[in-house]
Formats: sequence, C-alpha cells, structure tokens
Amino acid sequence: MHLDLDMGKYAVFVWGAYGASVIAIGALILMSLRANATRRKQLEGLQAAAEDKRR
Amino acid sequence: MITWLANPERFNIIARPLRPWLAGVAAVLLAWGLVLAFMSPEDYQQGDTVRIMYIHVPAAWMGLLIYAAMGVASFFGLIFRHALADAAAKAIAPVGAVFTGLALLTGALWGMPMWGTPWQWDGRMTSELVLFLFYVAYIALHASIEDEPRAAKSTAILAMVGLVNLPIVHFSVQWWNSLHQGDSIFVKGGPTIAPAMLWPLFVMVAAYHVLTAWLFLVRLDSEILMRRYRALRIRLTFN
Repeated sequence: MHLDLDMGKYAVFVWGAYGASVIAIGALILMSLRANATRRKQLEGLQAAAEDKRR
Repeated sequence: MITWLANPERFNIIARPLRPWLAGVAAVLLAWGLVLAFMSPEDYQQGDTVRIMYIHVPAAWMGLLIYAAMGVASFFGLIFRHALADAAAKAIAPVGAVFTGLALLTGALWGMPMWGTPWQWDGRMTSELVLFLFYVAYIALHASIEDEPRAAKSTAILAMVGLVNLPIVHFSVQWWNSLHQGDSIFVKGGPTIAPAMLWPLFVMVAAYHVLTAWLFLVRLDSEILMRRYRALRIRLTFN
C-alpha cells in the first residue's frame, strides 16, 4: 500500500471536493477562533471600564 | 448532570481544559484519515472518485447529527428554559450548515462523473437540501430578531419543526428509488463496504466528530462571552 495522489481523469472532481472541504472547514475554524478572541477582548475591555467607573 | 452543566461558569470549568485536547485529537485523526483515504484501493467501478466518500459521508453524517442536537437543545431551551440551551443551538448551527453544504457540494462532484449529473430531485438529495435550508433559516431568523429571549423562542420552534425532516433524509433511499446508493454501513449482516475502505471512513467520521466537538466548545464560549458583554453593557448604561 502506498500513497496514491494521481486521481487520473477524475482529478478535477476528487481534488475539487477535497479543496472545497479544506477551504470551508478552514474558514469555519479561523472565523470561530477570531470571533472568540474578539469577544474575549471586548468583554475584558468593558470589564476594565466597569472597574474604572467603580473606582 | 445536564442541569448542573446548564450554568455557563460550571460548563466552562470543564470545557476550557478540554479544548486543546480536542483540537489536537481532531488534527491527528484528520491527518491519519486523509493518509488512509489516499492509501486505500480505488473502487473497481467508481475508480478514484470513491475517495470523495471519505469526506462526503462524514459531512452528511455531521449535518444530520448536529441538527438532531440542535433540536434537542431547542426543546430543553423552550420547555425548561436552560440558560445554555439556546446558546448551544445557536453556536453549533453554522457548523451544521457548513457540513450539510459540503455534503451537497461533494455529492454533486461525486455524482457528475458517476451518474452523469450533479443533481436529481430525488428523496435523498431534496431532503438534504431542505435540511440545509432549515439551517440557513435558523441562522437568519436568529440574526433578524434583536430581543434574545424572543429570538430563542422563535428559533427553537423552527429547529423542532425541522426535526421532522431528519428521518426523511435517513430513510429516503429505502422509501424511494434514487440514483443515490442505499445504506451500506448500518445494514443487516454488517457493512457492505470492503474493510480497506471502511477503516479510512471510520477514522474520518471520528475526526469530523472530534472537530465538531472542539468547534462547538469554541463557539459556545464565544456566545457566552457575547451574552456576558451585552449584560454588562446594559448594567453600565443604567447604573
């Protein structure tokens, strides 16, 4: 058994399917991580502002 | 246990340390599954296009499973008013939409060379498209209602209505004639797929499950952070 990357006449369909999956799942991962970091930063900023207001 | 976990703080005590582990396991399983997918033999009839199965089946599977989970969460949110139920359903909906969209797209790319057409209005493909549209409608409805409790109630009802479609997706290939192949894994007498192809499929299915679990925890954390931000902003405005 060896790694077979030559998809012959079906290359456009096989690599098209894998390419679309990588792009869609990759975008989902990146957007999820970015949204998480942004929301954490926003909350921390507001918490700091609330702390300042209390003082 | 579910009631105990319905508290966002308690939930995060368990979820936060789990996240890096899930990300690591998902990455390893995906890499392993992809290597196995391109080491497995080509099909005697379908040739190399059979390799689309290793991403098409897990995506379709997750689309169904995530919607079922959304339906259950929506039920708990609507009936028992669990704090995390609506947040959980809202957080996972885009993940289910992406997987269902990928199932439709990879299925069309598989169908083109094998059936001579990317699409047929048969029971399986049409019900899968309806599932995708339910995801899109759920996301759009949640985004269009500003009042959070009202949005939660409306989307929960929509999600529960959409549950009716799940058995149609699953059993459609048994109920109606279709270009789509019938069940080949959960059948009487065991799977009809050769073990050399079944193993890569199982590894990819496991990878998609773990990836979904990780994405769910990250997105649910984001949702909790956003709700805390909104609550704090309101408190600061009126104090």
